[in-house]
Amino acid sequence: MATKSKMIGNRKLKVGGRKSSAFRFPPSAAPRFLAKPTFFKATMAIVQKDLAAEFRSRELLSAMLVFSMLVILIFNFALELDIKVRQSVTAGVLWTTFAFAGTLGLNRSMAVEKDRGCLDGLLLAPVDRSAIFFGKAISNLAFMLIVEAIVLPLYALLYNEVRIFQPAFLGVILLGSIGYIAVGTLLSAMSVQTRTRDVLLPILLFPVAIPVLLASVKASGGLLNNATFAEILTPLNLLIVYDVIFIAVAFMVFDFVVEE
Amino acid sequence: MIEVKKLVKRFGLKTILRGVDFSVEPGEFVALLGPNGSGKTTFLRILASLSRASMGSVNVAGYSLPNESAQVRAKLGVVTHMPLLYPDLTAEENLQFYARMYGITNHQSRITQVLEMVGLEYRRKDLVRTFSRGMQQRLAIGRAVIHDPEVILFDEPYTGLDQDASEMLDDVLRTVTATGRTVVMTSHDLARAEDLATRFDILSRGVITATATQKELKKTNLLTFYKQAMVE
Repeated sequence: MATKSKMIGNRKLKVGGRKSSAFRFPPSAAPRFLAKPTFFKATMAIVQKDLAAEFRSRELLSAMLVFSMLVILIFNFALELDIKVRQSVTAGVLWTTFAFAGTLGLNRSMAVEKDRGCLDGLLLAPVDRSAIFFGKAISNLAFMLIVEAIVLPLYALLYNEVRIFQPAFLGVILLGSIGYIAVGTLLSAMSVQTRTRDVLLPILLFPVAIPVLLASVKASGGLLNNATFAEILTPLNLLIVYDVIFIAVAFMVFDFVVEE
Repeated sequence: MIEVKKLVKRFGLKTILRGVDFSVEPGEFVALLGPNGSGKTTFLRILASLSRASMGSVNVAGYSLPNESAQVRAKLGVVTHMPLLYPDLTAEENLQFYARMYGITNHQSRITQVLEMVGLEYRRKDLVRTFSRGMQQRLAIGRAVIHDPEVILFDEPYTGLDQDASEMLDDVLRTVTATGRTVVMTSHDLARAEDLATRFDILSRGVITATATQKELKKTNLLTFYKQAMVE
Protein backbone atom coordinates (compact mmCIF):
# COMPACT_ATOMS: atom_id res chain seq x y z
CA MET A 1 0.00 0.00 0.00
CA ALA A 2 1.26 3.42 -0.89
CA THR A 3 2.37 5.72 1.88
CA LYS A 4 2.93 9.40 1.25
CA SER A 5 4.62 12.02 3.38
CA LYS A 6 3.40 15.52 4.09
CA MET A 7 5.31 18.53 5.43
CA ILE A 8 3.50 20.47 8.13
CA GLY A 9 5.70 23.27 9.45
CA ASN A 10 9.03 21.59 9.97
CA ARG A 11 7.48 18.18 10.60
CA LYS A 12 7.35 15.38 8.10
CA LEU A 13 4.46 13.08 8.77
CA LYS A 14 3.41 9.87 7.17
CA VAL A 15 -0.18 10.29 6.08
CA GLY A 16 -2.59 8.43 3.92
CA GLY A 17 -0.71 5.16 4.32
CA ARG A 18 -2.54 1.90 4.91
CA LYS A 19 -5.74 3.37 3.57
CA SER A 20 -8.71 1.81 5.20
CA SER A 21 -10.56 -0.91 3.46
CA ALA A 22 -13.72 1.11 4.18
CA PHE A 23 -15.05 -1.56 6.48
CA ARG A 24 -18.79 -1.81 6.28
CA PHE A 25 -20.98 -3.73 8.63
CA PRO A 26 -22.93 -6.53 7.03
CA PRO A 27 -26.66 -6.04 7.64
CA SER A 28 -26.71 -8.88 10.17
CA ALA A 29 -24.24 -6.99 12.37
CA ALA A 30 -26.17 -3.73 12.51
CA PRO A 31 -27.24 -3.18 16.09
CA ARG A 32 -30.83 -3.99 16.92
CA PHE A 33 -32.25 -1.94 19.73
CA LEU A 34 -34.85 -2.30 22.39
CA ALA A 35 -37.65 0.24 21.88
CA LYS A 36 -35.92 2.14 24.69
CA PRO A 37 -33.12 0.98 27.00
CA THR A 38 -35.09 0.20 30.12
CA PHE A 39 -34.34 1.66 33.50
CA PHE A 40 -34.14 -1.78 35.10
CA LYS A 41 -31.80 -3.24 32.44
CA ALA A 42 -29.43 -0.27 32.67
CA THR A 43 -29.42 -0.47 36.47
CA MET A 44 -28.67 -4.19 36.41
CA ALA A 45 -25.95 -3.71 33.77
CA ILE A 46 -24.16 -1.29 36.11
CA VAL A 47 -24.54 -3.63 39.10
CA GLN A 48 -23.18 -6.60 37.15
CA LYS A 49 -20.31 -4.55 35.79
CA ASP A 50 -19.36 -3.29 39.28
CA LEU A 51 -19.55 -6.76 40.82
CA ALA A 52 -17.54 -8.35 38.00
CA ALA A 53 -14.83 -5.67 38.18
CA GLU A 54 -14.65 -5.85 41.98
CA PHE A 55 -14.53 -9.63 42.24
CA ARG A 56 -11.63 -9.50 39.78
CA SER A 57 -9.64 -6.70 41.40
CA ARG A 58 -10.86 -7.01 45.04
CA GLU A 59 -9.50 -3.51 45.68
CA LEU A 60 -12.55 -2.06 47.34
CA LEU A 61 -13.72 -5.07 49.33
CA SER A 62 -10.28 -5.86 50.71
CA ALA A 63 -9.76 -2.26 51.85
CA MET A 64 -13.18 -2.16 53.53
CA LEU A 65 -12.66 -5.53 55.18
CA VAL A 66 -9.18 -4.88 56.52
CA PHE A 67 -10.28 -1.49 57.82
CA SER A 68 -13.37 -2.97 59.54
CA MET A 69 -11.37 -5.74 61.18
CA LEU A 70 -8.81 -3.23 62.46
CA VAL A 71 -11.54 -1.06 63.97
CA ILE A 72 -13.16 -4.06 65.66
CA LEU A 73 -9.77 -5.16 67.03
CA ILE A 74 -8.86 -1.68 68.25
CA PHE A 75 -12.18 -1.36 70.06
CA ASN A 76 -11.65 -4.83 71.49
CA PHE A 77 -8.39 -3.75 73.10
CA ALA A 78 -9.56 -0.25 73.98
CA LEU A 79 -12.74 -1.42 75.70
CA GLU A 80 -11.27 -3.89 78.14
CA LEU A 81 -14.41 -3.71 80.18
CA ASP A 82 -16.59 -6.25 81.82
CA ILE A 83 -18.92 -8.25 79.68
CA LYS A 84 -22.03 -6.17 80.50
CA VAL A 85 -20.44 -2.90 79.42
CA ARG A 86 -19.11 -4.55 76.29
CA GLN A 87 -22.56 -5.70 75.38
CA SER A 88 -23.97 -2.21 75.93
CA VAL A 89 -21.56 -0.70 73.40
CA THR A 90 -22.15 -3.33 70.71
CA ALA A 91 -24.48 -1.22 68.56
CA GLY A 92 -22.18 1.82 68.73
CA VAL A 93 -19.03 -0.13 67.85
CA LEU A 94 -20.70 -1.92 64.98
CA TRP A 95 -22.22 1.20 63.42
CA THR A 96 -18.98 3.16 63.81
CA THR A 97 -17.22 0.35 61.95
CA PHE A 98 -19.86 0.14 59.21
CA ALA A 99 -20.00 3.91 58.74
CA PHE A 100 -16.25 4.35 58.30
CA ALA A 101 -15.84 1.26 56.14
CA GLY A 102 -18.84 2.37 54.07
CA THR A 103 -17.24 5.77 53.46
CA LEU A 104 -14.08 4.05 52.20
CA GLY A 105 -16.15 1.98 49.78
CA LEU A 106 -18.27 4.90 48.57
CA ASN A 107 -15.21 7.01 47.84
CA ARG A 108 -13.47 4.25 45.93
CA SER A 109 -16.54 3.17 44.00
CA MET A 110 -17.08 6.62 42.46
CA ALA A 111 -13.35 7.34 42.11
CA VAL A 112 -13.02 4.28 39.85
CA GLU A 113 -15.63 5.80 37.53
CA LYS A 114 -14.14 9.29 37.59
CA ASP A 115 -10.42 8.50 37.27
CA ARG A 116 -10.67 6.89 33.84
CA GLY A 117 -13.53 9.06 32.65
CA CYS A 118 -15.98 6.16 32.90
CA LEU A 119 -18.51 8.39 34.63
CA ASP A 120 -18.76 10.26 31.32
CA GLY A 121 -19.23 6.92 29.59
CA LEU A 122 -22.17 6.18 31.88
CA LEU A 123 -23.63 9.66 31.43
CA LEU A 124 -23.46 9.29 27.64
CA ALA A 125 -25.79 6.29 27.68
CA PRO A 126 -29.32 7.15 26.53
CA VAL A 127 -30.94 6.11 29.80
CA ASP A 128 -32.51 8.03 32.63
CA ARG A 129 -29.52 9.12 34.69
CA SER A 130 -31.14 8.04 37.93
CA ALA A 131 -30.56 4.47 36.67
CA ILE A 132 -26.86 5.23 37.17
CA PHE A 133 -27.57 6.25 40.76
CA PHE A 134 -29.55 3.09 41.45
CA GLY A 135 -26.93 0.89 39.78
CA LYS A 136 -24.12 2.40 41.83
CA ALA A 137 -26.20 2.40 45.02
CA ILE A 138 -27.13 -1.28 44.67
CA SER A 139 -23.53 -2.32 44.06
CA ASN A 140 -22.32 -0.16 46.98
CA LEU A 141 -24.98 -1.76 49.17
CA ALA A 142 -23.88 -5.23 48.04
CA PHE A 143 -20.27 -4.43 49.00
CA MET A 144 -21.35 -3.06 52.37
CA LEU A 145 -23.52 -6.11 53.08
CA ILE A 146 -20.65 -8.46 52.17
CA VAL A 147 -18.39 -6.62 54.62
CA GLU A 148 -21.10 -6.72 57.30
CA ALA A 149 -21.61 -10.45 56.73
CA ILE A 150 -17.92 -11.02 57.48
CA VAL A 151 -17.57 -8.48 60.30
CA LEU A 152 -20.58 -9.66 62.33
CA PRO A 153 -19.28 -13.21 62.98
CA LEU A 154 -15.85 -11.77 63.80
CA TYR A 155 -17.47 -9.37 66.25
CA ALA A 156 -19.49 -12.20 67.81
CA LEU A 157 -16.28 -14.17 68.27
CA LEU A 158 -14.24 -11.37 69.81
CA TYR A 159 -16.98 -9.87 71.97
CA ASN A 160 -18.80 -13.10 72.81
CA GLU A 161 -22.05 -11.57 71.54
CA VAL A 162 -24.31 -13.93 69.60
CA ARG A 163 -27.52 -11.92 69.94
CA ILE A 164 -26.47 -9.87 66.91
CA PHE A 165 -27.65 -12.73 64.70
CA GLN A 166 -31.30 -12.32 65.63
CA PRO A 167 -33.36 -11.53 62.48
CA ALA A 168 -34.70 -8.21 63.81
CA PHE A 169 -31.16 -6.98 64.47
CA LEU A 170 -30.08 -7.99 60.97
CA GLY A 171 -33.18 -6.21 59.60
CA VAL A 172 -32.14 -2.98 61.34
CA ILE A 173 -28.63 -3.32 59.89
CA LEU A 174 -30.14 -3.72 56.43
CA LEU A 175 -32.39 -0.67 56.82
CA GLY A 176 -29.55 1.45 58.20
CA SER A 177 -27.21 0.34 55.43
CA ILE A 178 -29.77 1.23 52.75
CA GLY A 179 -30.18 4.76 54.13
CA TYR A 180 -26.45 5.27 54.58
CA ILE A 181 -25.64 4.03 51.09
CA ALA A 182 -28.46 6.04 49.46
CA VAL A 183 -27.24 9.35 50.84
CA GLY A 184 -23.59 8.30 50.52
CA THR A 185 -23.87 7.42 46.82
CA LEU A 186 -25.52 10.75 46.07
CA LEU A 187 -22.89 12.73 47.99
CA SER A 188 -20.00 10.73 46.58
CA ALA A 189 -21.21 11.61 43.06
CA MET A 190 -20.91 15.25 44.14
CA SER A 191 -17.61 15.02 45.98
CA VAL A 192 -15.90 12.97 43.26
CA GLN A 193 -16.00 16.04 40.98
CA THR A 194 -13.66 17.89 43.35
CA ARG A 195 -9.93 17.58 43.92
CA THR A 196 -10.38 17.03 47.66
CA ARG A 197 -12.90 14.23 47.26
CA ASP A 198 -11.28 11.91 49.86
CA VAL A 199 -11.63 14.57 52.54
CA LEU A 200 -14.86 16.09 51.31
CA LEU A 201 -17.03 12.98 51.33
CA PRO A 202 -16.87 12.29 55.10
CA ILE A 203 -17.31 16.01 55.82
CA LEU A 204 -20.46 16.10 53.70
CA LEU A 205 -21.73 12.65 54.57
CA PHE A 206 -21.52 12.35 58.34
CA PRO A 207 -23.67 15.41 59.21
CA VAL A 208 -26.34 14.33 56.71
CA ALA A 209 -26.17 10.70 57.86
CA ILE A 210 -26.49 11.50 61.59
CA PRO A 211 -30.25 10.73 61.67
CA VAL A 212 -29.76 7.31 60.05
CA LEU A 213 -26.78 6.44 62.25
CA LEU A 214 -28.52 7.56 65.46
CA ALA A 215 -31.71 5.71 64.57
CA SER A 216 -29.74 2.59 63.67
CA VAL A 217 -27.76 2.64 66.92
CA LYS A 218 -30.92 3.22 68.96
CA ALA A 219 -32.93 0.51 67.22
CA SER A 220 -30.16 -2.10 67.26
CA GLY A 221 -29.15 -1.18 70.84
CA GLY A 222 -32.79 -1.50 71.90
CA LEU A 223 -33.05 -4.95 70.34
CA LEU A 224 -29.92 -6.13 72.19
CA ASN A 225 -31.29 -4.76 75.47
CA ASN A 226 -34.57 -6.66 75.01
CA ALA A 227 -36.61 -3.49 74.51
CA THR A 228 -40.23 -3.92 73.51
CA PHE A 229 -41.31 -3.33 69.92
CA ALA A 230 -43.07 -0.12 70.99
CA GLU A 231 -39.78 1.22 72.39
CA ILE A 232 -37.87 0.77 69.14
CA LEU A 233 -40.77 1.83 66.92
CA THR A 234 -39.67 5.49 66.78
CA PRO A 235 -36.10 4.85 65.55
CA LEU A 236 -37.41 2.17 63.20
CA ASN A 237 -39.93 4.61 61.68
CA LEU A 238 -37.20 7.23 61.38
CA LEU A 239 -35.00 4.71 59.54
CA ILE A 240 -37.74 3.80 57.08
CA VAL A 241 -38.71 7.44 56.46
CA TYR A 242 -35.06 8.41 56.00
CA ASP A 243 -34.53 5.60 53.49
CA VAL A 244 -37.60 6.57 51.47
CA ILE A 245 -36.81 10.31 51.51
CA PHE A 246 -33.19 9.96 50.45
CA ILE A 247 -33.90 7.44 47.72
CA ALA A 248 -36.58 9.80 46.37
CA VAL A 249 -34.32 12.85 46.65
CA ALA A 250 -31.46 11.04 44.88
CA PHE A 251 -33.86 9.93 42.12
CA MET A 252 -34.90 13.54 41.53
CA VAL A 253 -31.58 15.38 41.80
CA PHE A 254 -28.94 12.92 40.53
CA ASP A 255 -29.15 14.31 36.98
CA PHE A 256 -28.27 17.81 38.23
CA VAL A 257 -25.56 16.52 40.56
CA VAL A 258 -23.58 14.84 37.79
CA GLU A 259 -24.07 17.42 35.04
CA GLU A 260 -21.64 20.34 34.84
CA MET B 1 -26.97 17.49 11.68
CA ILE B 2 -25.55 19.86 14.31
CA GLU B 3 -26.86 23.40 14.75
CA VAL B 4 -25.48 25.66 17.47
CA LYS B 5 -26.56 29.28 17.86
CA LYS B 6 -25.09 31.96 20.11
CA LEU B 7 -23.76 29.42 22.57
CA VAL B 8 -22.42 30.86 25.82
CA LYS B 9 -20.88 28.83 28.63
CA ARG B 10 -19.87 30.32 31.95
CA PHE B 11 -18.20 28.65 34.90
CA GLY B 12 -18.90 31.06 37.75
CA LEU B 13 -17.60 34.45 36.63
CA LYS B 14 -15.42 33.00 33.89
CA THR B 15 -16.88 32.91 30.38
CA ILE B 16 -15.46 30.04 28.34
CA LEU B 17 -17.62 30.23 25.20
CA ARG B 18 -18.78 33.67 24.04
CA GLY B 19 -21.56 33.19 21.53
CA VAL B 20 -20.46 30.32 19.30
CA ASP B 21 -22.35 29.78 16.04
CA PHE B 22 -21.61 26.42 14.47
CA SER B 23 -23.34 24.05 12.08
CA VAL B 24 -22.40 20.73 10.53
CA GLU B 25 -24.07 19.05 7.56
CA PRO B 26 -24.67 15.28 7.53
CA GLY B 27 -21.52 13.38 6.50
CA GLU B 28 -19.17 16.30 7.12
CA PHE B 29 -15.92 15.79 9.04
CA VAL B 30 -15.15 18.99 10.89
CA ALA B 31 -11.84 19.57 12.64
CA LEU B 32 -12.21 22.05 15.47
CA LEU B 33 -8.79 23.56 16.06
CA GLY B 34 -7.52 26.04 18.58
CA PRO B 35 -4.99 26.63 21.33
CA ASN B 36 -5.24 25.18 24.84
CA GLY B 37 -7.98 26.87 26.85
CA SER B 38 -9.89 28.07 23.82
CA GLY B 39 -13.01 26.11 24.86
CA LYS B 40 -12.86 23.14 22.45
CA THR B 41 -13.45 20.47 25.08
CA THR B 42 -16.17 22.51 26.80
CA PHE B 43 -17.88 22.93 23.44
CA LEU B 44 -17.74 19.21 22.71
CA ARG B 45 -19.01 18.37 26.21
CA ILE B 46 -22.03 20.58 25.61
CA LEU B 47 -22.71 18.84 22.26
CA ALA B 48 -22.43 15.51 24.10
CA SER B 49 -24.94 16.66 26.76
CA LEU B 50 -22.31 16.22 29.47
CA SER B 51 -22.44 19.92 30.24
CA ARG B 52 -25.26 22.45 30.06
CA ALA B 53 -25.03 25.65 28.04
CA SER B 54 -25.49 28.90 29.98
CA MET B 55 -27.19 30.53 26.97
CA GLY B 56 -27.94 29.76 23.34
CA SER B 57 -29.48 26.85 21.48
CA VAL B 58 -27.98 23.46 20.60
CA ASN B 59 -29.56 20.93 18.22
CA VAL B 60 -27.96 17.57 17.47
CA ALA B 61 -29.45 15.02 15.05
CA GLY B 62 -32.78 16.82 15.12
CA TYR B 63 -33.11 16.97 18.89
CA SER B 64 -32.57 19.97 21.13
CA LEU B 65 -30.40 20.09 24.21
CA PRO B 66 -30.85 19.87 27.13
CA ASN B 67 -34.55 18.93 26.85
CA GLU B 68 -34.07 15.90 24.59
CA SER B 69 -30.67 14.82 25.85
CA ALA B 70 -31.49 11.09 26.02
CA GLN B 71 -32.48 11.11 22.32
CA VAL B 72 -29.30 13.02 21.45
CA ARG B 73 -27.14 10.57 23.40
CA ALA B 74 -28.68 7.66 21.46
CA LYS B 75 -27.44 9.23 18.18
CA LEU B 76 -24.01 10.18 19.48
CA GLY B 77 -20.65 8.48 19.97
CA VAL B 78 -17.89 10.19 21.93
CA VAL B 79 -14.16 9.45 21.99
CA THR B 80 -11.92 11.48 24.29
CA HIS B 81 -8.26 11.19 25.21
CA MET B 82 -9.50 9.03 28.12
CA PRO B 83 -10.73 5.64 26.92
CA LEU B 84 -13.84 5.47 29.20
CA LEU B 85 -13.12 1.76 29.67
CA TYR B 86 -12.95 -0.40 32.78
CA PRO B 87 -9.44 -1.83 33.22
CA ASP B 88 -10.63 -4.82 35.26
CA LEU B 89 -13.03 -5.99 32.57
CA THR B 90 -12.08 -7.69 29.32
CA ALA B 91 -12.51 -5.95 25.96
CA GLU B 92 -15.61 -8.06 25.35
CA GLU B 93 -17.08 -7.33 28.80
CA ASN B 94 -16.53 -3.60 28.33
CA LEU B 95 -18.35 -3.61 25.00
CA GLN B 96 -21.05 -5.88 26.40
CA PHE B 97 -21.66 -3.44 29.22
CA TYR B 98 -21.99 -0.45 26.88
CA ALA B 99 -24.15 -2.46 24.48
CA ARG B 100 -26.55 -3.18 27.33
CA MET B 101 -26.56 0.48 28.36
CA TYR B 102 -27.59 1.38 24.79
CA GLY B 103 -30.28 -1.30 24.72
CA ILE B 104 -28.67 -3.35 21.92
CA THR B 105 -30.31 -6.76 21.75
CA ASN B 106 -27.91 -8.55 19.34
CA HIS B 107 -24.82 -7.53 21.25
CA GLN B 108 -22.73 -10.67 20.68
CA SER B 109 -22.65 -10.37 16.89
CA ARG B 110 -22.29 -6.62 17.12
CA ILE B 111 -19.34 -6.88 19.53
CA THR B 112 -17.58 -9.31 17.20
CA GLN B 113 -18.01 -6.92 14.28
CA VAL B 114 -16.80 -3.93 16.25
CA LEU B 115 -13.76 -5.79 17.59
CA GLU B 116 -12.89 -6.88 14.04
CA MET B 117 -13.26 -3.30 12.85
CA VAL B 118 -10.80 -1.95 15.43
CA GLY B 119 -8.49 -4.95 14.99
CA LEU B 120 -8.83 -6.32 18.51
CA GLU B 121 -10.81 -9.51 17.95
CA TYR B 122 -7.76 -11.56 18.98
CA ARG B 123 -7.68 -9.76 22.37
CA ARG B 124 -11.40 -9.92 23.14
CA LYS B 125 -10.94 -12.05 26.29
CA ASP B 126 -8.02 -10.01 27.66
CA LEU B 127 -8.34 -7.50 30.46
CA VAL B 128 -8.21 -3.90 29.26
CA ARG B 129 -5.53 -3.11 31.83
CA THR B 130 -3.13 -5.29 29.82
CA PHE B 131 -3.71 -3.21 26.66
CA SER B 132 -1.29 -0.57 25.40
CA ARG B 133 -2.50 3.02 25.23
CA GLY B 134 -3.04 2.72 21.48
CA MET B 135 -5.06 -0.47 21.83
CA GLN B 136 -7.19 1.11 24.53
CA GLN B 137 -7.88 4.05 22.24
CA ARG B 138 -8.91 1.71 19.41
CA LEU B 139 -11.22 -0.12 21.77
CA ALA B 140 -12.56 3.27 22.90
CA ILE B 141 -13.56 3.92 19.29
CA GLY B 142 -15.26 0.53 19.22
CA ARG B 143 -17.13 1.51 22.38
CA ALA B 144 -18.19 4.79 20.82
CA VAL B 145 -19.59 3.19 17.65
CA ILE B 146 -21.15 0.09 19.21
CA HIS B 147 -24.62 1.62 18.77
CA ASP B 148 -23.88 2.83 15.22
CA PRO B 149 -24.22 6.55 16.02
CA GLU B 150 -25.00 9.16 13.36
CA VAL B 151 -22.63 11.70 14.92
CA ILE B 152 -19.20 10.99 16.43
CA LEU B 153 -17.30 13.49 18.56
CA PHE B 154 -13.54 13.04 18.95
CA ASP B 155 -11.86 15.11 21.64
CA GLU B 156 -8.08 15.04 21.18
CA PRO B 157 -8.08 11.32 20.32
CA TYR B 158 -4.33 11.31 19.58
CA THR B 159 -3.24 12.57 23.00
CA GLY B 160 -0.59 10.30 24.51
CA LEU B 161 -0.23 8.06 21.46
CA ASP B 162 3.10 7.30 19.85
CA GLN B 163 3.63 7.48 16.08
CA ASP B 164 2.67 3.85 15.38
CA ALA B 165 -0.40 3.99 17.57
CA SER B 166 -1.43 7.26 15.93
CA GLU B 167 -1.17 5.70 12.48
CA MET B 168 -3.25 2.73 13.57
CA LEU B 169 -5.80 5.15 14.98
CA ASP B 170 -5.79 6.96 11.62
CA ASP B 171 -6.84 3.70 9.99
CA VAL B 172 -9.60 3.08 12.48
CA LEU B 173 -10.80 6.67 12.15
CA ARG B 174 -10.95 6.38 8.37
CA THR B 175 -12.81 3.11 8.69
CA VAL B 176 -15.34 4.60 11.06
CA THR B 177 -15.86 7.76 9.05
CA ALA B 178 -15.95 6.00 5.67
CA THR B 179 -19.55 5.03 6.37
CA GLY B 180 -20.78 8.61 6.01
CA ARG B 181 -21.08 9.49 9.66
CA THR B 182 -20.91 13.10 10.78
CA VAL B 183 -17.72 13.77 12.72
CA VAL B 184 -16.46 16.65 14.83
CA MET B 185 -12.87 16.29 16.04
CA THR B 186 -10.78 18.59 18.19
CA SER B 187 -7.05 18.24 17.77
CA HIS B 188 -3.71 19.97 18.06
CA ASP B 189 -2.31 17.75 15.33
CA LEU B 190 -2.74 19.87 12.20
CA ALA B 191 -1.26 17.23 9.89
CA ARG B 192 -3.77 14.61 10.90
CA ALA B 193 -6.64 17.08 10.90
CA GLU B 194 -5.70 18.20 7.38
CA ASP B 195 -5.53 14.62 6.20
CA LEU B 196 -8.84 13.52 7.66
CA ALA B 197 -11.25 16.46 7.84
CA THR B 198 -13.37 18.08 5.16
CA ARG B 199 -13.76 21.37 7.03
CA PHE B 200 -11.67 23.30 9.55
CA ASP B 201 -12.99 25.68 12.19
CA ILE B 202 -10.70 27.68 14.43
CA LEU B 203 -11.94 28.30 17.97
CA SER B 204 -10.06 30.99 19.79
CA ARG B 205 -10.93 32.68 23.10
CA GLY B 206 -14.42 31.22 23.07
CA VAL B 207 -15.49 32.18 19.53
CA ILE B 208 -15.04 30.63 16.10
CA THR B 209 -12.71 33.02 14.31
CA ALA B 210 -12.28 31.28 10.94
CA THR B 211 -13.73 28.50 8.83
CA ALA B 212 -12.41 26.85 5.68
CA THR B 213 -13.26 23.78 3.67
CA GLN B 214 -10.70 21.34 2.31
CA LYS B 215 -11.20 22.81 -1.19
CA GLU B 216 -10.60 26.35 0.03
CA LEU B 217 -7.41 25.23 1.72
CA LYS B 218 -5.90 23.99 -1.53
CA LYS B 219 -4.60 27.52 -2.16
CA THR B 220 -2.76 27.57 1.14
CA ASN B 221 -2.07 24.99 3.85
CA LEU B 222 -3.70 24.41 7.20
CA LEU B 223 -0.79 25.71 9.22
CA THR B 224 -0.80 29.08 7.41
CA PHE B 225 -4.59 29.26 7.69
CA TYR B 226 -4.39 28.45 11.41
CA LYS B 227 -1.70 31.03 12.08
CA GLN B 228 -3.64 33.71 10.19
CA ALA B 229 -6.80 32.88 12.13
CA MET B 230 -4.94 33.16 15.44
CA VAL B 231 -3.44 36.55 14.50
CA GLU B 232 -6.87 37.87 13.55
